[in-house]
Amino acid sequence: MAELSIHEIGVTLARRAVLQDVSLQAAPGEMVVLLGPNGAGKTVLLRAVLGLVKRDGGSVTAGGDDPVSLPAAERARRIAYLPQSRPLAWPVRVRDVVALGRFAHGASPGRLGGEDAATVERTLSACDLVALAERRCDTLSGGELSRVHLARAMAAETPLLLVDEPTEALDPLHQYQVMRLLRAYADAGNCALVVLHEAALAARFADRLAWISGGRIVADGTPEETLTPERMAEVYGVRAAVRRVEDGWVVAVSGPA
Amino acid sequence: MSDRSLLMALTGVTLLALAAACLVGSTPLGVERVLSALAGGASAGDRVVVWEIRLPRAVAAFAVGAALGASGAALQGLLRNPLAEPGVLGVSATAALGATFVIYYGLASAGALALPMAAIVGALAATVLLTAAAPRVGSVITLILVGVGLSSFAGALTALLMNLAPHPFSLSDMLNWMLGTVANRSFADLAPTAPFLAAGLVILFAGRRGLSALTLGEEAAAGVGLDLPRTRRLVVLGAGLATGAAVAIAGAIGFVGIVAPHLVRPLVNHDPARTLAPSALLAGLILVLADIGVRVAPTDTELKLGVVAALLGAPVFIWIVAARRVPSG
Repeated sequence: MAELSIHEIGVTLARRAVLQDVSLQAAPGEMVVLLGPNGAGKTVLLRAVLGLVKRDGGSVTAGGDDPVSLPAAERARRIAYLPQSRPLAWPVRVRDVVALGRFAHGASPGRLGGEDAATVERTLSACDLVALAERRCDTLSGGELSRVHLARAMAAETPLLLVDEPTEALDPLHQYQVMRLLRAYADAGNCALVVLHEAALAARFADRLAWISGGRIVADGTPEETLTPERMAEVYGVRAAVRRVEDGWVVAVSGPA
Repeated sequence: MSDRSLLMALTGVTLLALAAACLVGSTPLGVERVLSALAGGASAGDRVVVWEIRLPRAVAAFAVGAALGASGAALQGLLRNPLAEPGVLGVSATAALGATFVIYYGLASAGALALPMAAIVGALAATVLLTAAAPRVGSVITLILVGVGLSSFAGALTALLMNLAPHPFSLSDMLNWMLGTVANRSFADLAPTAPFLAAGLVILFAGRRGLSALTLGEEAAAGVGLDLPRTRRLVVLGAGLATGAAVAIAGAIGFVGIVAPHLVRPLVNHDPARTLAPSALLAGLILVLADIGVRVAPTDTELKLGVVAALLGAPVFIWIVAARRVPSG
């Protein structure tokens, strides 16, 4: 039984079809990475699942219900969402940002009950943030901050996690750390749908890659099945060498296709 | 310091300040006479001084400050900017415009509720306009400029109304509305407005948890389960009611809604929800103290409370602007 089931949805923004006829399934324990060039519709797909943009037809179910039909808090108890833009308005503490992940359970930084407090501690520990818990977020490095935001999304302990470019602007080690956290989250029996730009990183961690181009899913399968030089040319318009290496992948881009 | 001890400390100091406000004034009254008058004893003259002059004035200053402090803290949380405040955003000025309209066109005789209602309608018009404009203008600095423009425009309309008014008016009346004062307020003056002010505060407090979620930005706040339209409605309505009521009592008093939350924020780990209650208390305390200052200042004519508030608040406003790091994105 799929945790997330997207069936033939479309999205039109400013009279332009930005998503057409998109179908995608993801099961518990599975990490699916959405790959595609800028403007292909990856972010719109995540927002359409949540109901933050209007869909034209098709259907989405998460845990059996259409997220759009659920009240905001109930939806947030089933789907956690980490958007690409993560502005923090105030220099709040790390612990308080993670506590906001429990918002849909009735918690907030100033009101953190026993179970929510325990979840926050557990998530801080899982994301290696215990030493930073009392620090103000405006004193953190980019890599630390990205872990804080991911911890916020994970603290909701939802069966489904939607993450938009969690590794953007991170160095290789921090990219690896973030992906390992997401992998662990999926391995715990949850379902993660992740937007990434790095094909090699995606192939290293994902169970499946869903390739989006021009608002359509053009391929969906395991890295072995779908990560090919032809696909890199078709989707990204680049000439690339693709090689499976021990413990990972190398994708070397040499120029436009 | 825990939230509870911060609130206790502020409440304690506020009570001391209210007591001090009863002691200070042109008629020298000792502590014993004031206490006795408060308890209903003492001479009739003492009771008039305490119950009809000093205490209502101090309570008015506190209520106005609390309304502006809570409105400022809530607007800052909603708009995610420490400069958002009823005075800066033009909410106070539009409320003053509504109040002036009622007074100078003789509508105040329509009933005790006409004045507070007009001020509240003016304030609500501004909060609705600003929150509707907020998503469109994108940058918060632009939104502040919209507020500054709104403030100037409402001020100009207020002056125009006074020029065209069929009833005679004095320059000092105009100054009272534009600068703000709590001189000569009685409990009977406060009574019709107080319920609106209290309702505004209750509504602001009902929506405060959502302000914490907005720390993450609107997109992520929606993701953690915030009903953003509801939070927006509560802040718009609560700030409109509280600010409108405050202006109906005292005219437009600026900056206290910036200064109090700014001082409180580091003490509550910058959580917007927890900023609300201490900001209300501190802003009330600041105005009670400023009003004592106004009364004891050795000037020929009494200073306006709003002038003192601006003298203290405007430098803090400039300092926040100057010290603020340019937000990314």
